[in-house]
Amino acid sequence: MATLEIHDLHVTVEADNATKEILKGVDLTVKQGETHAIMGPNGSGKSTLAYSLAGHPKYTITSGTVTLDGEDVLEMSVDERARAGLFLAMQYPVEVPGVSVSNFLRTSATAIRGEAPKLRTWVKEVRETMERLSMDPAFAERNVNEGFSGGEKKRHEILQLELLKPKIAILDETDSGLDVDALRVVSEGVNRVRETGEVGTLLITHYTRILRYIKPDFVHVFSGGKIVESGGAELADKLENEGYEVYTKGGVSA
Amino acid sequence: MAEAQNSTVGSSTTAGSIAVAAESTVATRMSAPPSFDVADFPVPHGREEEWRFTPLERLRGLHDGTAVATGTGVKVDVVAPEGVTVETVGRDDPRLGRAGTPVDRVAAQAYSAFEQAGVITVPKETVLAEPIRIAVHGEGGVAYGHQVVELGAFAEAVVVIDHTGDAVLAANVEYVLGDGAKLTVVSVQDWDDKAVHVGQHNALIGRDATFKSFVVTFGGDLVRLHPRVAYAGTGGEAELFGLYFTDAGQHQEHRLLVDHNVPHCKSNAMYKGALQGEGAHAVWIGDVLIEATAEGTDTYEMNRNLVLTDGARVDSVPNLEIETGEIVGAGHASATGRFDDEQLFYLMARGIPADEARRLVVRGFFAELVQQIGVDDIEARLLEKIDEELEGSV
Repeated sequence: MATLEIHDLHVTVEADNATKEILKGVDLTVKQGETHAIMGPNGSGKSTLAYSLAGHPKYTITSGTVTLDGEDVLEMSVDERARAGLFLAMQYPVEVPGVSVSNFLRTSATAIRGEAPKLRTWVKEVRETMERLSMDPAFAERNVNEGFSGGEKKRHEILQLELLKPKIAILDETDSGLDVDALRVVSEGVNRVRETGEVGTLLITHYTRILRYIKPDFVHVFSGGKIVESGGAELADKLENEGYEVYTKGGVSA
Repeated sequence: MAEAQNSTVGSSTTAGSIAVAAESTVATRMSAPPSFDVADFPVPHGREEEWRFTPLERLRGLHDGTAVATGTGVKVDVVAPEGVTVETVGRDDPRLGRAGTPVDRVAAQAYSAFEQAGVITVPKETVLAEPIRIAVHGEGGVAYGHQVVELGAFAEAVVVIDHTGDAVLAANVEYVLGDGAKLTVVSVQDWDDKAVHVGQHNALIGRDATFKSFVVTFGGDLVRLHPRVAYAGTGGEAELFGLYFTDAGQHQEHRLLVDHNVPHCKSNAMYKGALQGEGAHAVWIGDVLIEATAEGTDTYEMNRNLVLTDGARVDSVPNLEIETGEIVGAGHASATGRFDDEQLFYLMARGIPADEARRLVVRGFFAELVQQIGVDDIEARLLEKIDEELEGSV
């Protein structure tokens, strides 16, 4: 069973000619089939955790370990991590002019699967997955994220999640900026992947709203660059009622 | 007297909102009127409108008369299918200089200095199954040249001009299309790193004739080409496509002019360039002139650039000048985008290795142009060349 283990992860970022520590010792284990929600206020370091795991060059790991099935993730390049089975659905996916969605998806699937998918089954697979996400087939001929609405970008991220079938999926604020209909469609996509039981999901969110559609097994509260409290789904209800103030104003994270 | 419609931003202009001009600013922006005689042009100092983007010192004397032909400048080989006449003629041949007149000092220098010219003739109603291939190979010297390609009425041909090796070359090319003729030209500038190549390419498009041109520039230290189109009769069509890959230290300049001088003609220009490396400099000038007589004109021009690294520079200046409101359409667009670290990260985060990610983006960017060339070996070589350029990148 695939397992992502994060141990005492410290991460810094360069900002305004100063080095700032954002992650201050994160410990977390995500197993295949499990869904972990990471919740926290703005600026708590949630997205830094997501991007650090994916290997974004902006972030420097100063100490700690990350392993996927015992393999050292931090030693891998960004593309190696993806091929090892890590997937990051981004909060702000970038435009890639000149590359059509269909070309991009096929190139990516070829890289991840280690061989080019058979054209006929691939076309069908993409078409059906897009249909389930209520995406117009014409979408495939547009350039990656170019002129996409916020909702289209998120659907496109989840489309990739469904097609690439990672071992560990990190969803960075996939719910932000979505209206209720789009949230439902996107959540259903995530749930289809979860129901296979073959993915471990790390759901990073600011709001509890998405947890009505995607039921987490574990909820972690993130504050001040680390996990300050962990619990079951009931912890989300507590956050819904009480907010993050108890974690940000002195107390636990100080 | 009304002002000319003369805009230099990525906007589009259509019939209905057009001012009328009595005098062409495209013509008056040049520092001297067109002439075949180099003496009619002052030596440029670099601040003239037509020279302001060009590093004159890298012209190796083509602009000031100091570059003297060495006799071993370039070697030209022509391979033509049966039915085509290939000749080498003297300066006084009456078939020279019909498609257009040199508009700047270097073009006039080339016209004043060449000793022999090539004339390729495709007789009327001859439809060629194979391309005519002109191989221009630089042998390290200075050369001046002149080439004419003429298609008789209803003839159809594809011409590939392939520039390789090292040279300091100023050469003009003329395309003369008879009525109803169809000519596709692919001019590949695949020079060695030190080469300097300057030229004016004039096409004169006959009634109902179609001219399709691909200008593909990869190599050279400095390449400055001046593709120009004018019409000899109504119903003519010009499609001007260009593709350049400008590397560190290279200066690649394409200055188009389409002169809609007769009614009911079409033109469409699309040039795309990728740039990478310190000091890479691409210049694109797209001048389209719709003269007062050219009613029913339909024209569009577009330039797109993709900057792959820091340190590269693009100057893109579309310029549409309209002297009659009675047209079908006229528009232009220019855009320059970057391939940046975030795009690279995004593609890599989907398992795609860095070099393949770059290739994906650049191939995707050029694909729509490459696929239209229709000459298989040239298409394959271009894709190979693009990959090669990318491998040389950081």
